[in-house]
Amino acid sequence: MAKITLSNLAHSYLTDPQGPGDYALKRIDHTWEDGKAYALLGPSGCGKTTLLNIISGLLTPSEGRVLFGERDITRLSTEERNIAQVFQFPVVYDTMTLFDNLAFPLRNRGVAKARVRERVETVARMLDLTGSMKRKARGLTADAKQKISLGRGMVREDVAAILFDEPLTAIDPQLKWELRTQLKSLHRTFGHTMIYVTHDQTEALTFADEVAVMYEGEVVQIGAPEDLFERPRHTFVGYFIGSPGMNLLPARVAGSEAHLGGTRLALGRRYGQVSGGRIEIGIRPEFVALGNDGGNDGEGLPVTVTRIEDVGRHRIVRTDFQGREINAIVNEGQPLSEQMMSGQMTRVRFDPHSIKVYADGWLIEGKSV
Amino acid sequence: MTLRLEAVAKEVEGRTHIHPTTLTLERGSLNLLLGPTLAGKTTIMRLMAGLDQPSSGRIFYDGVDVTGRRVQDRRVAMVYQQFINYPTLTVFENIASPLRLQGLPRKAIRAKVEAAAELVKLTPQLNRRPSELSGGQQQRTALARALVKDAELILLDEPLANLDYKLREELRAEIPRLFTESGAIFVYATTEPHEALLLGGNTATLWKGQVTQFGSTPEVYRQPRDAITARLFSDPPMNFIGFDKRDGEALFEDGQPVPVVGGLPALPDGAYRAGFRANHLTLRKPEGTALSFAAEVAITELTGSESFVHLDHGANRWIALQAGLHAPQAGQRVEVFLRPEHLYLFHDDGRLAATAAYAAAA
Amino acid sequence: MDKPVNHRAWFMVMPVVILVAFSAVIPLMTVVNYSIQDTFGNNQFFWAGLEWFEQILSSERFHNALLRQFVFSFIILAIEVPLGILVALSMPKRGWTVSLCLVVMALPLLIPWNVVGTIWQIFGRVDIGLLGAALNELGIGYNYTQNWLDAWITVIVMDVWHWTSLVALLCYAGLVSIPEAHYHAARIDSASRWKVFRYIELPKMNRVLLIAILLRFMDSFMIYTEPFVVTGGGPGNSTTFFSIDLVKMAIGQFDLGPAAAFSLIYFLIILLLSWVFYTVMTNVGVELPRREKES
Repeated sequence: MAKITLSNLAHSYLTDPQGPGDYALKRIDHTWEDGKAYALLGPSGCGKTTLLNIISGLLTPSEGRVLFGERDITRLSTEERNIAQVFQFPVVYDTMTLFDNLAFPLRNRGVAKARVRERVETVARMLDLTGSMKRKARGLTADAKQKISLGRGMVREDVAAILFDEPLTAIDPQLKWELRTQLKSLHRTFGHTMIYVTHDQTEALTFADEVAVMYEGEVVQIGAPEDLFERPRHTFVGYFIGSPGMNLLPARVAGSEAHLGGTRLALGRRYGQVSGGRIEIGIRPEFVALGNDGGNDGEGLPVTVTRIEDVGRHRIVRTDFQGREINAIVNEGQPLSEQMMSGQMTRVRFDPHSIKVYADGWLIEGKSV
Repeated sequence: MTLRLEAVAKEVEGRTHIHPTTLTLERGSLNLLLGPTLAGKTTIMRLMAGLDQPSSGRIFYDGVDVTGRRVQDRRVAMVYQQFINYPTLTVFENIASPLRLQGLPRKAIRAKVEAAAELVKLTPQLNRRPSELSGGQQQRTALARALVKDAELILLDEPLANLDYKLREELRAEIPRLFTESGAIFVYATTEPHEALLLGGNTATLWKGQVTQFGSTPEVYRQPRDAITARLFSDPPMNFIGFDKRDGEALFEDGQPVPVVGGLPALPDGAYRAGFRANHLTLRKPEGTALSFAAEVAITELTGSESFVHLDHGANRWIALQAGLHAPQAGQRVEVFLRPEHLYLFHDDGRLAATAAYAAAA
Repeated sequence: MDKPVNHRAWFMVMPVVILVAFSAVIPLMTVVNYSIQDTFGNNQFFWAGLEWFEQILSSERFHNALLRQFVFSFIILAIEVPLGILVALSMPKRGWTVSLCLVVMALPLLIPWNVVGTIWQIFGRVDIGLLGAALNELGIGYNYTQNWLDAWITVIVMDVWHWTSLVALLCYAGLVSIPEAHYHAARIDSASRWKVFRYIELPKMNRVLLIAILLRFMDSFMIYTEPFVVTGGGPGNSTTFFSIDLVKMAIGQFDLGPAAAFSLIYFLIILLLSWVFYTVMTNVGVELPRREKES
């Protein structure tokens, strides 16, 4: 096990990249600590798979280095890197028994028989596989197969890191809960360094101590789940994390006030005169309150309700403000006004301290009032 | 039109794929088939479309028996999980293909394709080929082709499963809008309870080839008729605790009395199970009366705005979904609370014994 | 209401039934007819019962031909299957070389049997054949028309040349269906080349390999044209395989009765072997996962 250092890493699939647009992975300089769980989160084409392939040795980066501990492994082959990987679609050796599948990486490295048995049994127990260790892997369901791939990654104690490439894609939602918690307890028991690549925010946030959000080849924010939720550094993070994502509205910001199409909003921080290209304010639907006073000149923005979605534990109220969508989340049990329905005029109010200000997509910190 | 399945069943080589199913789907409605992989969602869709023939039972379109009729004669459109388009044709030609088969005049085709492209936001991409599109755009093309066909029945088999989480969210918000505008019967298969709730409409829950319940989506969610439906339609999975009723007195597994909720006094003596959803189990004591259970924290997952606390209560594994960040240590003993009105009571065989009071009121 | 549809379906099948009747059933019945009768010409037939069958089954000639046939088929399989796998494994998986390889491999398969025979007949000739003449120049006494071993080697090499690419192409189709992730996983697990073959490639080739074996076995069991063109069954009877022997008997000697009995026995052997192969193949098939995902 080791910490992983990405030192001035960048990659372009072109031989002679000209501008930043030619890079599939823009410059990244970061260290992942030993024994922690990390996630790379982003939409397809954001460069997360490129980064994963560089770490696993399928790809040699055009610039920079990758270090496991103090060892430079940038140009080493996959076998020499001492890693394990779980793939999007389960990889099992069909003709082998479950036991042999789990024992395979150990036997190939000449681990003693007794030790192999001990390790395999420990991992199998943690994955609830003990009952069926003698059956062949062929014909198992997708989730059982994925458990075996997971187990094969865990069975070695000496791996520098375990990489996960969207491992829950083929798994039914009900079973995802089981696999996710098993993965988490395996991590807690064995303490491997883990790197998890996904486009699914729930998987990334629940799994990782620290999540790197990637967008167009660039890491736009690295942080703990609550940082990403509460303080998105970039509008993309605001949009990508949370469902629905952050509401973003073009505005003019001066001092501790924002002006939106004739309405003034109080902000929780002081910003001075914000200039620059595109100024937006962002607010998460969780912090949007719906006013009951439909037509009055109360505070907040006048909006029209377009749709209400009942998601069970809460409702998503979608509204329209001058052609822009503003979503609000109303918890189950919290009453919605009787007349609240599509086409209804109402007002939305924002918690001032939860409003963020962005210039050209990037967060402006402001000073506390 | 209406689509009616009457005791439709499907057997293949002696194995029952679909148990006798009776369903009526109304014109302009969105109907969801919710169930795990291999529950029979695709099989039911194939029967509805006429791609497969039922082993028994009848299928009626607007009262007309179409059971033996071929799929070509049924005005059906289908969208699959895989993005299926003609790779050598432009987006325009892809969308136009069913209209060309119908032999519509050029002008009408152009007008229809452009309207459909507008609806699914593909107007700028009309001259591109599928390989130049993103996954979301490819699936929009397939959706547009299904819409333009003027079908009476449009079947969507997990159409968003191969898309990124965020793209799914966007298309999901658009799909109900597309549906109301077309007036066809829509059937949409999904494995995700969350997706079913977001889409609304009606839901049929499927388990091992059996439709366990059919009704409006929020109703099936809040008033499941049995434990299987309740479990299928809960994400995180529903929490359960067993209880016994003896001599008129009901006690939970851990010995504490079951609160007297609607229906409980009328139940005969016997073994029961109580179920409740993760978002109703709280770490903070709620206002009013609440049950309290001692549990041990197994693991906590945080999403940034919510926490999933996995708990062990005796042999039961529960999940409590909390707004905000709570990260109790694994192994820590905690007290969790539950309001009696959130309890569903089930017979030992899974039938509903008493629905939760909050749901009955809603 | 679907009843009339069923009746119409029978009508649709009729042409095929008639076609099969004329092309297979009627000729077969003629053969059965011959096999149980004797004739001295003039279209006069006498009942012979199972006499011809007894005669054939107990004749040394039949036993020798059968043995020769099995040895030949076995050698063919023993060479072509491993060689085909080896060729498939060493074929490139991407790039322009793929199509080049495929075309080169497909070429021998496109040549008609008798042309293949003629090619090798000339190729191996001692006087003007490139192979035959060259070997003799090198001092290796090679003559397929006189030495039975040379004849066998020639016929086998010819068949390997002609048909190995079929095995290779089938195996290749199995190999390319293996996702890259499986190889990657094996590298991470430090699997040796042999283990990659044994646990990843071979299981994936299983089905196509069985088809390849079945095809090659049946084909080699019925081989006629090529050895007939090259050696004519000689020297002596050394390369007289089943079908060559049958033709000799039927057309060369005009022993219609025994020849008919011979063909029926031949037919039954092939039917039996097909059944064995089919059973083996479907049993292997049962073990395969039914459906990964409902679709």
